[in-house]
Amino acid sequence: MAARPKFFTTNKRGENYELKAELNSEYRDKRKDGVKKVIANMTVGKDVSGLFPDVLKNMQTDDLELKKLVYLYLMNYAKSQPELVILAVNTFVKDTDDSNPLIRALAIRTMGCLRVEKIIDYLTEPLRKCLKDENPYVRKTAALCVAKLHDLNPALAIDNGFIEIVQEMVSDTNPMVVSNAVIALSEIHEASDTKDIFVINDTTLQKLLHALNECTEWGQIAILSALSEYRPSDVKEAEHICERVLPRLQHANASVVLSAIKVLMIYMRTARDQTFQKNLVRKMAPPLVTLLSSPAPEVQYVALRNINLILQKRPDVLNNEMRVFFCRYNDPPYVKLEKLEILMRLCSEKNVEQLLSELKEYASEVDVDFVKKSVRAIGRCAIKIEGASERCINVLLDLINTGINYVVQEAVVVIKDIFRKYPHQYEGIIPTLCENIEAIDEPEARGSLIWMIGEYAERIGNADELLEHFFDNFREENVQVQLQIITATVKLFLKKPSENQEIVQKVLQTSTSQSDSPDIRDRAYIYWRLLSTDPQAAKAVVLTEKPPIKGEGEELKGRLLDELIENIGTIASVYHKPPETFIGGKKYSADEVNKRPLE
Amino acid sequence: MASAVFILDLKGKVLISRNYRGDIPMAVVEKFMPLVLEAEEEQNVTPCFTEDGVSYLYIKHNNLYLLAITRKNSNATTIMLFLHKLTEVFSEYFKELEEESIRDNFVIIYELLDEMMDFGYPQTTETKILQEYITQDAHKLEIQVRPPMAVTNAVSWRSEGVRYKKNEVFLDVIESVNLLVNSNGNVLRSEILGSVKMRCYLSGMPELRLGLNDKVMFEATGRATTGRSKAIEMEDVKFHQCVRLSRFENDRTISFIPPDGEFELMSYRLPTTVKPLIWVEAVVESHTGSRVEYMVKAKAQFKRRSAANNVEIEIPVPDDADTPKFRSSIGSVHYAPEKSALIWKIKNFGGGKEFLMRAHFGLPSVKAGEEIEKKPPISIRFEIPYFTISGIQVRYLKIVEKSGYQALPWVRYITQNGDYQMRMPEAIKSSRMQPI
Repeated sequence: MAARPKFFTTNKRGENYELKAELNSEYRDKRKDGVKKVIANMTVGKDVSGLFPDVLKNMQTDDLELKKLVYLYLMNYAKSQPELVILAVNTFVKDTDDSNPLIRALAIRTMGCLRVEKIIDYLTEPLRKCLKDENPYVRKTAALCVAKLHDLNPALAIDNGFIEIVQEMVSDTNPMVVSNAVIALSEIHEASDTKDIFVINDTTLQKLLHALNECTEWGQIAILSALSEYRPSDVKEAEHICERVLPRLQHANASVVLSAIKVLMIYMRTARDQTFQKNLVRKMAPPLVTLLSSPAPEVQYVALRNINLILQKRPDVLNNEMRVFFCRYNDPPYVKLEKLEILMRLCSEKNVEQLLSELKEYASEVDVDFVKKSVRAIGRCAIKIEGASERCINVLLDLINTGINYVVQEAVVVIKDIFRKYPHQYEGIIPTLCENIEAIDEPEARGSLIWMIGEYAERIGNADELLEHFFDNFREENVQVQLQIITATVKLFLKKPSENQEIVQKVLQTSTSQSDSPDIRDRAYIYWRLLSTDPQAAKAVVLTEKPPIKGEGEELKGRLLDELIENIGTIASVYHKPPETFIGGKKYSADEVNKRPLE
Repeated sequence: MASAVFILDLKGKVLISRNYRGDIPMAVVEKFMPLVLEAEEEQNVTPCFTEDGVSYLYIKHNNLYLLAITRKNSNATTIMLFLHKLTEVFSEYFKELEEESIRDNFVIIYELLDEMMDFGYPQTTETKILQEYITQDAHKLEIQVRPPMAVTNAVSWRSEGVRYKKNEVFLDVIESVNLLVNSNGNVLRSEILGSVKMRCYLSGMPELRLGLNDKVMFEATGRATTGRSKAIEMEDVKFHQCVRLSRFENDRTISFIPPDGEFELMSYRLPTTVKPLIWVEAVVESHTGSRVEYMVKAKAQFKRRSAANNVEIEIPVPDDADTPKFRSSIGSVHYAPEKSALIWKIKNFGGGKEFLMRAHFGLPSVKAGEEIEKKPPISIRFEIPYFTISGIQVRYLKIVEKSGYQALPWVRYITQNGDYQMRMPEAIKSSRMQPI
């Protein structure tokens, strides 16, 4: 094999001049190499727009590869040289008449990508022709071109009757033409104000269901997402469509599977029959689990986010499948954390034992963030399942005994939550927690421990000593911790007034007179006044029954959840947020779009 | 739908890109790497994020990022899969997808990017078909390529006019076992991922029908499931797009016109019902500051008439272990410091057999600090030929082509490890007496 020509070499000075000469060479091979060098320069981000006229001269050629390169060049620089693009129009139009369908399609596809106002009028006639081309490859390309045209100039697409033509193409004999027509119509429909571009009726519905069996995997996704916009007229129709969609769950393409699940989830609302629904849910479970076998962690992640969503709508889908969500040692962190969320959703009386031993295992890994979240998850188990709270506490105590700093701190925070949920049950462990007082330096953990001391001051013999200890460094503490110290001391005083007059006095004095934080001063003043005017009222306020806390973890409800279910598989389903929250309404101007990435 | 696709190196430099919709400035790619780094800093990395109304979806492949950007609420699953498809197709075109091969093949990459996606929607992504009209050899003037019929056909994966002198089909049934065992020896998860791979060398447009000992199919056809051959029940089955899914849904028949050459016909998943094929028990005794000792027992828990080949048992050891000493009743053991592991290799491991291995490492007497030890699991690799753990069998493969030729199907079975991991038990700490 001959040595590869070096397209990426640089000889700085006069490079464009040399390229120019090459592009205008009398030898075909030399010209082609010239174009390749230009494209190579373009690829590494150099501005070669100055060579526009010279590259353009090579457009009319029988060499398909060369033609493609010139087209590529045009797509990149058309915007910067709109005047010169006009010169290319003739060749484009001629190419749409070529005897080779590949060239016809290439020409119409590229013209649609130029996005230059000036040539758009020249696009309509070739497009009309290509939409009726005898070759399906050209037709499927033309169908998408209508969407491109509509994006640039809606009026032109409508006035030329292109939309009607694409609407007819849904009945084309060729499956790929059908699916691209569906894509084009869905695009235009979404962009239009009238929302009457793509309305599925009985006939189109039949066509779509038929094409579903025949078109490529990507086409199936397009058709399934069109079906998910359709609302069946009655129960029978909904059930019928579900039956037709069901076989898609066996497709190897994960996006086909998720799109099918989206349709089923939406139609299930119409098909109200309980057994029918149950049957669908049962059939959805294995494919959902299989999504996790995807070799690509990125796909697993999207699948996990969607499973999380589906579980909120149908908590029973994966009832016996908890183990498949156990983390693997080499899962990337984003997969592990998402699995943890799903484990929390699947956690029940039956499987909590097993889950706890798994969470304990995770808590001994090295990824600090994952470890902390695993410790938190143990607390969430306790709060979710009352019967398991004692076992959770024991696991947490085991973890505290490891002495690993961040594990201890997280465990203390979590135990506080368990105390909130189940008061007066586990205060026996407070001394164990206090043994670690020195290790606890994170504000949230410190605050939690102090809160517990205050809350159970009457049961802790040396509560006053402990609080005194914290008070020693009062001014160096984080505000959050200072607030806890004040409250805890007041609680201590209210519970054991005789011995603790002095300390409460000291704390309030310091907080009101020496603190820079208005929050600290305000809280201290409130307590002080309460205590000095009406100790009984103070008791009622400070030692009041606290409202029970609920489990952590967002719960999506009602309309929002339904909206997200309608967006299964999309970015919205990954974020669990409706599309309008992250899509900017901002449209970029032509100039901005045209900026080269590597200038 | 993707507005643009980029391939970048790990530093975030764009190697090649393609703008599909022209609705986002290509310059936004400059924000990608800083945003990824920022997320890494906050331990908040996800393969999909949005900034200023532009969503970035990306995958990592070798030393590359493949990135798609969009400003709509696009189908994230499709985009991720498409990016993966790109790596697949590029790898099939030029073996290895990496910086170098992108530079060498930029022309063909542009062509493929143009053909595989239009206006942000995936189009033709079958390598076999793409190779028919996008080739590495510069197109000669004499023969102008045309789009293969297959591109747009209902049978979009096979072209007409394929000819072979000898018509043959090779079927490989490969089962991978995923196993997770916790440190006290309880099996947490055990499943089989099966795959039926085909190599088809068949002329014309053959119609194939594959029969398996699938329980549901036996029931559907009224066949008794008792008797000598057992029937297996798959939990989930996935098919290549050539298989007629509605037909399968109706009567469990697997019928299809295959692509030419090699492809994965189907994959399936089911829980295991038998003991883990290879079982490893490790006892670790750690003398902090001086040495650590391992006693490892490996057992082959399958029938005597089968044997596992190329068994590799990887046992993690501390990063700072030194001076390894091994003794094993079979096979060879070596220390792989780059993996912080010892690897015990056994060429041939007969069913029902049990072997022992002992290892001894020195440990430095002073530790750098109170670092928490990583706890990677024991991982095991193996393959057992002529055997499927699920008991799946190919009962027939019928091949019908209108020219009426006879074709020979060859079937091969193999079971191997998938993600096969056993968590390490806690080390027994025996602390020495302090020297006087």
